[in-house]
Formats: sequence, structure tokens, C-alpha cells
Amino acid sequence: MSRPEHKAPPEIFYNEEEARKYTSNSRIQSVQAEMSLRALELLNLPEDETCFLLDIGCGSGLSGEILDEEGHIWIGLDISPSMLQIALDREIEGDLFLQDVGQGMGFRPGTFDGAISISALQWLCNADQQSHNPKARLVRFFSTLYASLRRGARAVFQFYPENDDQCELIMNAAMRCGFEGGLVVDYPNSKKAKKYYLCLFAGQIPGGQKQQIPQALGEGEEEPTDVIYSNQRFEKRKQRKSVKNRDWVLHKKEVARTRGKKDVPSDSKYTGRKRRPKF
Amino acid sequence: MRLVAHNMLQCHVKGCNSNNFPLQLSNVEIEIQETDFNPMFLRNILPKLEWNALVKTALQINITTLPNVLPDTSTDDLDDEFLKMLHRVLLETHIQQGKMICPNCNHVYAIKDGIPNMLLNENET
Repeated sequence: MSRPEHKAPPEIFYNEEEARKYTSNSRIQSVQAEMSLRALELLNLPEDETCFLLDIGCGSGLSGEILDEEGHIWIGLDISPSMLQIALDREIEGDLFLQDVGQGMGFRPGTFDGAISISALQWLCNADQQSHNPKARLVRFFSTLYASLRRGARAVFQFYPENDDQCELIMNAAMRCGFEGGLVVDYPNSKKAKKYYLCLFAGQIPGGQKQQIPQALGEGEEEPTDVIYSNQRFEKRKQRKSVKNRDWVLHKKEVARTRGKKDVPSDSKYTGRKRRPKF
Repeated sequence: MRLVAHNMLQCHVKGCNSNNFPLQLSNVEIEIQETDFNPMFLRNILPKLEWNALVKTALQINITTLPNVLPDTSTDDLDDEFLKMLHRVLLETHIQQGKMICPNCNHVYAIKDGIPNMLLNENET
């Protein structure tokens, strides 16, 4: 699958057309909402409290909407003017900033009780201009983020890493800036539901328990239980019986033998039988 | 942009590390947008505010309702009237158009339709 980061820089890729498509797509909406809720859960905020949060790469405010619903006050940053325009039209509650986070952020120390970022971090790994150095930009971003978070606050990034090197690049930059924490991979065995959350702690809560990396969801499971990725075409195909049964295999082998083909395996009770799942 | 965000914002031009707060407002257009009153959030945010900067900024846009000295925040019984006034200033006062200027490096951040443009030039990063 082609990656949007490879096509154009974010402020150009998400033009009016793309931003509108992105925001009106009901599948993207539901996946984003779900990831935002999961990120919020990983933030581990005190219950029943209104917190001051930062949404990095807020886009048209799909994730911000969830923060609104949960009753938090938030500030959103994004580099795409078209996305922000749609956010304005949707009348979301948070404050919006047109900002390139790779240039650092200017918030006073200890401002935020937490930060979330949905599907944005991978954009920072690209060098879209000659002057861009992804490593330096990541370090600048993480160091200013670290400063703007309250001690012990968390930052949760859902992102789509391109490869292991990219993961390592991001993690190294974060750790260099003083963050603790690590990667939480939900549904690691599922192709579609697999999601990466980088869960960072800005220091430890003074006098509190040591923070641990949260448990990932659905380890060992094939597909998540609460999300069903249904595909009608695929389901129909499953109902149809396989034509390649034992008779078909025997027939093929017979034909091969009559044609004088050598090393056709001999028939046995195992011929055309399914392998056990354990195999 | 609400005033609560402005109170948290300082200049982020590289190397501009002192005297970069608060950003001065000029030619601003203000709009009031009502939202739900949330006393709990206000109590949480009070210790984080730079009160002097807030009063100074409020005066720049002709809001004179704020007391010069922050009332004692350690007690829980802040009176409702004060919180409601604070709610008005922090969360309902939106800066729609105008400019923010860094007092140190004079970088101008333009605000358009309530969205400040925080992008920097290449030589500022």
C-alpha cells in the first residue's frame, strides 16, 4: 500500500479535497474515534477531572471531538490549513494552531496534563525540504513537548511506522529528550487491527508509584473481539466449499501418472487431508 | 484562540529563550463564544496561570474585570462570581483576528479566523 507521506508534504497532501474526503469518510471517522479513545485510556488521566490536553496533528478535529465528549479542554496543532479550516467549519471546542511541530512548540513549562497524537508522528520522519533533518526535528519536537508537559504526565502517539528503523529513530529521539516509556502494540497478530501506540512518560509523578508501560490489547488473538472487519465478498467466499478435495487431488495425481510424470507421491490415508491447526 | 491558550504561549523561535512571554497583542478582533461553565477546570488551571501576564493581556484588549492580585487559590472556597468572571475571560473570549508579537525577537505571529500561524522561517528554526 502506498503511504501518503511519500506523495507530498502534509500541508500539501491534505489539500481541500483530500481534507474533505478524509473527514467525511465514515470508516476513517470510526477508526480515528476508536484510536482516540484508546489513546485517552493509555493517558491514564485522573478520573472525573477536566484536564488540559494537547492534540498533536489534530487535523479536522476527529480526535478532538472525542476529547470534547470526555469533557477535556484541549489545544490542537496541525500543519495543514485545509484540515484546520474543516475543523473550524465543524465548530469543535478546542483552540487550533497552524504549526509545524518539527520546529518545536512554544508552550510554557508544565502546561499540559497530557498529549495525544493520532496518525501524525510518521509524517515527522520525512525530509520534505532540503533544510529538514528528521532526527533534529524529532529531537526539537520531543524536547519542547517534554518541557510543556506536567511532571508525570503522559504523551500517547498512535502512529504508522514504516519499518523498524523508523520506530527506533522515534524512540531514540524521545528517550534522548528525557521521556520514559515504550511501544504498546495492540492486536500484534492481526493485519488490520494492529496498532502502534508510543506511550511516553514525562518523568515520574512526584511521590507516586513508578509508571509502567500499559498492557497491550489482544496479544495472541487473531482479531479483536469488539471490532469486526467484515468484508462481504470475503464472507461469501468462505461459505463456498473448496473444490480441491481428496477426489480432486487423487484425480490430478492419476492424470500425472498416466502422463508418465515421475516422482508423483504415492496415495495414502493422508492424501488430501487438512493439516492440523497445530502443525 | 482563547485567552487561556494565549497565557500558555511563548515565542518558540530558536534561541529566543528569555523575555519571550507574554506575546503582545495588536490590532485584535475579539469575539465572545459561550461555553459551559466548568468550575473544576478553572480551579485546576489557576495554579498554572501567569496572573500578571493575564492581567496585562486583558488590559490590552480592554478587559478590566480582573483583579490585579490573584486571590488566595489554596482554599477550595473560591467564590463563584470570581470563577464565572474568570471563565468569561479565559474560555469565552476568543481572539479572531490580529497579531501576536514576541517582546524579545519581534517575530510576528498572525491570527486569522481564530487560528494563529505559528510557522517559522527556515532561519528561525
